[in-house]
Amino acid sequence: MTRVSEHLNQALHDLMESDPSVHLLGEDVGDPYGGAFKVTKGLSSRFGSRVRSTPLSEGAIAGVGAGLALAGDKAVVEIMFADFVALAFDQITNFAAKSTSMYGRPVPVPLVVRCPTGGNRGYGPTHSQNPQKHFIGVPGLSLFEMTPFHDAGRLFSLMFGLGRPCLFFEDKVLYTRQMYPADDLFGFELVDDVARVYLDGAGRPDCTLVTHGGLVHRTLDAMRTLLLEDDLVCELLVPAQLYPVPHLPGLEDARHVCVVDDGTAGGTWAAEVATTLYPRLWGRLRRPITLVNSADGVIPAAPHLEREVLVQADGIRAAVKESLS
Amino acid sequence: MIVTAAPARSPRHALSDEDLRSLLLIRHFERALLRLFEQGVLSGTTHTCLGQEYIPVAVSALLRDDDFVFSNHRGHGHFLARHPDPHGLLAEIMGREGALCGGVGGSQHIYHRRFLSTGVQGESLPVATGVALKLAGTGALACAYIGDGTWGEGAVYEALNMASLWKVPLLVVVEHNGIAQSTPTSAQMAGTIAARAAAFGVRHHHVSSTDAAEIRQVLAPLVEAVRAEPAPLVVEFATHRLGPHSKGDDTRPPEEIRRAAESDWYDRCAKADPERFARIDREQRELVERVVAEVSARPHARPGGAA
Ligand SMILES: Cc1ncc(C[n+]2csc(CCOP(=O)(O)OP(=O)(O)O)c2C)c(N)n1
Ligand SMILES: [Mg+2]
Repeated sequence: MTRVSEHLNQALHDLMESDPSVHLLGEDVGDPYGGAFKVTKGLSSRFGSRVRSTPLSEGAIAGVGAGLALAGDKAVVEIMFADFVALAFDQITNFAAKSTSMYGRPVPVPLVVRCPTGGNRGYGPTHSQNPQKHFIGVPGLSLFEMTPFHDAGRLFSLMFGLGRPCLFFEDKVLYTRQMYPADDLFGFELVDDVARVYLDGAGRPDCTLVTHGGLVHRTLDAMRTLLLEDDLVCELLVPAQLYPVPHLPGLEDARHVCVVDDGTAGGTWAAEVATTLYPRLWGRLRRPITLVNSADGVIPAAPHLEREVLVQADGIRAAVKESLS
Repeated sequence: MIVTAAPARSPRHALSDEDLRSLLLIRHFERALLRLFEQGVLSGTTHTCLGQEYIPVAVSALLRDDDFVFSNHRGHGHFLARHPDPHGLLAEIMGREGALCGGVGGSQHIYHRRFLSTGVQGESLPVATGVALKLAGTGALACAYIGDGTWGEGAVYEALNMASLWKVPLLVVVEHNGIAQSTPTSAQMAGTIAARAAAFGVRHHHVSSTDAAEIRQVLAPLVEAVRAEPAPLVVEFATHRLGPHSKGDDTRPPEEIRRAAESDWYDRCAKADPERFARIDREQRELVERVVAEVSARPHARPGGAA
C-alpha cells in the first residue's frame, strides 16, 4: 500500500535518477523539510544542486524553470499551494506557453509546474482553491492532474514528452490516500490513459460520471450510495490529462453523462468537457449533460462552511438522482 | 548573514502593566492554539508568533485609531495587540458564533475595523500603499507587517517604489526571524533589507532590542515623521521564532531552537519583576482558559452573522 504522496515522491526520485537533465525548484523543497507536503523528501540529499529551495518568488521560479527548459534541460517547479500559481500566471501563459510557438518555429519548453490543490482541510480562502479553470484554453499549455489510478512516472514522461509546459495538479487530500484504491464493488482499468471505474458484471450504466483526480474518492462514495440505496449503476471516467480534453472512451453507450468538478462554478473544466462531448454524443443523449461544481464563492476556513461550498459525495448523489428522475 | 536578536538582559525601561498584559495575552493565546491543535479540536493550520509578541506590542502603542494595519499569516499577535478581543479571534479560528469574519476567513484572513490580514505573502504591501495614498495628509498611516522571507516577492518592491515616489505614510514592520518556513534567510535573501530600502530612498531602522518600552521610545519620532512628512519607513526587527512554522513542522537543529529560546522575552521579564509578572501571567493564562472554554461551547458560526 502506497500513499499518493509517497508514490509521487518515488516518481520524482526515479525521474531525477533516470534523467540528469531534470531540475526541481520550489519553496522549502529541500531536506530535511522536503516540501510542505513532503512530496520532495530526499531529493535534495540525493541530487544536490539540481534541487533548489527557492525564495518566496512564484513568478520568478516559474520563469527560471522555463529558462532551464529553454536552455535544453527540464524543470519541475513546485508551487507550495496551487492558489499561488496566480503569481506565476504571466510566466506560464505569456512566456512558457506562448514561446513554444510565438517565434515562428516550434520551441520546446519541457516544464512541469506542480500545484497542490483543493480544500476540505480548513486552510481557508487562499490555500484551498482548484485553479485549473483559469488555465484552460491557453495556447501551448497542457493541464494534467494526479489521480489514484495513474502511475505518476508515466505521467511525468507524458508531460515532458509533449515538449510544452504543463501544469500538474495534485489534490492535497488525495496525497493522504492510497494509490490504486481496492474496492469490493468497483473494478478499474486504464483505457488510453483514461481510468475507467466500473461495476463488475453490470450492463450499461445508468449514468457515466467524469471527474478529475481530486474528486475520485468523493465520487466513488456517491457511486456506492447510488448503487446500494438508489439502485442506480454508475461508471466513472477519470482522465489524468484535463486539457486539451482527451478522448473519453465508451461514452457512445452512455444513458446519461455527469461531469463532476471541484472548481467553483463559472467558466469551468466541467463545461469544457461537456463542450467537447456534445458534438460527439448529439442525438444520442436523452438529456443535457449534468455539471456538478463547487459553489460560486470563496472557500471558507471553518469546516462546516467549507463543506457546504465544495463538492461532496451527497451533492453528487443528489445531482445524479435528480437528473435521472 | 544571520541577524540575531540582542541577548536577553534586564529591561532598562520598565514595562507597564498594560504592556505585560498584552504580551502575556498573546503568549497564552498562541500556546492555547497549539494545545487545541494537539487535541484535534482545530482544523486547517495556524502560525503562532511565539517569541515575537513584543513587536506588535511595541508598535501598536504608536498607532492611532485611524491608522490601518495589514497583517499576514502570523497575525494573532498583530491583532491582539491592536484589538484585545481574544473571544472574537478564537471564534474566528474555531468557526464559532461571534467570529470576527463569520468563520469564512479563519486564522489568516481577518478584516476587523482597520485591521486586515491575508494569507498570500507580499500581497498586502501594494494594498497598504494604496490605503496610505488615501491617508496621506490626514496624519494617519498604513502599517504593514511582513516577514523576511516575504522580501522574495516582487510585489514588495513595486510597492516600495511607489510608496517612495508618491511619499505615502507607509510603515513597513519587518519581523526578521531569520527563517521562512524551513529556509534560513541566508539561503533566500541576497544582500540586506537595509540596502534594499536604501535603493528606493526609503528610510530604514534596525531594531535588535526585545524590550517593548525601549523600542517604542526609539521608534516614536520615526513613526511621527512617517505621518508628518509623509514618507515611508521600514523598521526591521531582528527576532526569533520560538515554535514551529505552523504546527509540528520544525526541522531546525536543536541548538538553533535553543538559541531562539534563549532570546525569549518571557523569562527575562519574569526575572526582572517576579511578583508583578507572576500575577499578570496567571491573570492572562486564566483569561485565555476562560476564553477557550467559552468559545468552544458556542455553536458554529453562520456567515453573515459576523460580529
Ligand atoms: C505567495 C505565497 N507563497 C508562499 C506562501 C507559503 N508560506 C506561508 S508563510 C511562508 C514563509 C514566510 O516567511 P517570512 O516572510 O519570513 O515570515 P515568517 O513565517 O518567518 O513569519 C511561506 C513560504 C504564501 N503564504 N504565500
Ligand atoms: Mg521569517
